[in-house]
Amino acid sequence: MGDHMKKNNITLRIIVYTILIAYSLLTLLPFGWSVLTSFKTTAEIAGGGTIFPETWSLGGYKTIFESQYPTWVLNSVIVSLVVTILNLIFNTMAGYAFARIQFKGRTLVYSAMLMLIMVPTQVTMIPSYIVISDLGLVNTHMSLVLTTMINIAYIFMMRQFFINFPRDVEEAAAVDGLSKIGTFFRIVIPNALPAIATQAIFVFMAIWNEFMKPLLFITSPDKYMLTQGLNALSKQFMNATAWDVIMAGAIFSIIPIFIIYIILNKYFIQSNDKTTGVK
Amino acid sequence: MGGKRYSNLAGYTFLFPAIIAIVAFILTPIAYAFFLMFFQVDMLSGERTFVGLGNFTEIFSDPKFWAAFENTFKYVIVVVPIQTTIAMVLAALLNSKVKFNRAFLTIMFIPTLTSSSAMTLIFMWLFNNNGLVVNLIDSLFGVKMQFLTNPDLALTVIMAMNIFSTVPHFMIVFLAGLQDIPQNLYEAAAIDGANKVKQFFNVTVPQLMPISFYVITMGLIGCFQIFDQAFIISDGTGGPQNSTLTFTLYIYQLAFTSNDMGRATALAFILGLIIFAVTAIVNKTLKADEVNG
Repeated sequence: MGDHMKKNNITLRIIVYTILIAYSLLTLLPFGWSVLTSFKTTAEIAGGGTIFPETWSLGGYKTIFESQYPTWVLNSVIVSLVVTILNLIFNTMAGYAFARIQFKGRTLVYSAMLMLIMVPTQVTMIPSYIVISDLGLVNTHMSLVLTTMINIAYIFMMRQFFINFPRDVEEAAAVDGLSKIGTFFRIVIPNALPAIATQAIFVFMAIWNEFMKPLLFITSPDKYMLTQGLNALSKQFMNATAWDVIMAGAIFSIIPIFIIYIILNKYFIQSNDKTTGVK
Repeated sequence: MGGKRYSNLAGYTFLFPAIIAIVAFILTPIAYAFFLMFFQVDMLSGERTFVGLGNFTEIFSDPKFWAAFENTFKYVIVVVPIQTTIAMVLAALLNSKVKFNRAFLTIMFIPTLTSSSAMTLIFMWLFNNNGLVVNLIDSLFGVKMQFLTNPDLALTVIMAMNIFSTVPHFMIVFLAGLQDIPQNLYEAAAIDGANKVKQFFNVTVPQLMPISFYVITMGLIGCFQIFDQAFIISDGTGGPQNSTLTFTLYIYQLAFTSNDMGRATALAFILGLIIFAVTAIVNKTLKADEVNG
């Protein structure tokens, strides 16, 4: 390898690192700026100016915690947990049935589901509001739970997972006299934990971040989900240019997902390519 | 015989919750939608009047529909190519045996975790009249730009925000695909004297074709459905001057502001058809290229 080639490679390395560092900084910038803003006083923000707060103030956080914000956090936590648990059980059961149980009409039901995944949410948005309203469920958290308790994409993911899953464990359980349901809960689920963890992360994140459904279904502020509450908060404080309050609300809403992300970082990145279904 | 019946029973027991949810909240709404499109519905009295294709003719003569049409297409045409390109390039850079790639990946993924409502508020603060971006441009060029109240720029802010938050997701999809490219293709190209940049265009890009195809399709579907950001930025109005009025936002307005469920469903159906048609066309064109290349 000649000197010229080596020099070229070093230049290339420098360019690569520069781009990656620049993009990482660009990623962090809006968040960093928002965190700093959340610790400023409203008066200081109106004055414009410095990067770091002149006086570090917890005023923004105090204001949000004296509002209905804690209720919204609690609503989001409860609904997201319930939805995640239901999804895990129901999607995994359905995926297992498609992969492992021979029953009449399996192919038909499976292909019908494949078709449904292609219908855009907008087509069903208004009619599903009408269904919810006919069931008398407008302005209840039940509306959110019922309409998100399964997810066809994850049923498919679990089906793919179980197809590659070694059969002998289940067969041994059947020989021991366990029923299909017993085998499923006692043998299959504990062995499928990596796939279930993946599902849990993405279902939780999706419902925690969901905006449109709460906007349609929930009307009274004490039942708002956090995303919807944030929108209300911004409307209330934007005219007063109290950006410290708004940023405190926005930043705090990211924290739960962020903690999960740090703990389960490996799953997030790896599983992301599994859910895409490219491979 | 008994075993077979038991299997059927077990199969449907396992599927029961999923089937109930699908019938109630996907199938019934779809059937409902096909029916509602042809009616004028008064939500308050619950009265329905059959109007045939009336909803559709009204939509096509509605200037707000054409504004939403133009905004949404503009949005798709700008966002999809940019996010696909940035995601592919970043993935290739991360895959080129850099140190700390795990750390880069961890940081870059943050925008994808953030909810659209928190992200929109952050961007509104950045592009606010007293925000970081505006002050920065002011101190650099001495121009005080108004982003959110300017009809020519408001949509651009939403575009930037969407690119910012979807790039990391697609980057990881590309990264997975890059790991499947056989190393000997690069070695062969190197022997032929191709430098890294040439290798990227002659090996990486064509080999990533199936993944790009997936990323573009998902990008198209996502962009056509843009709602949250446009809703929050404009407080549901689609303003200034309809510049952030997207298809989905207009569907929402028709249904819940004008209480016109029939027309809203008709518009949703049109959007569904557009998404279907555009995806089909793009898929066909890309597949054709793949065969030729």
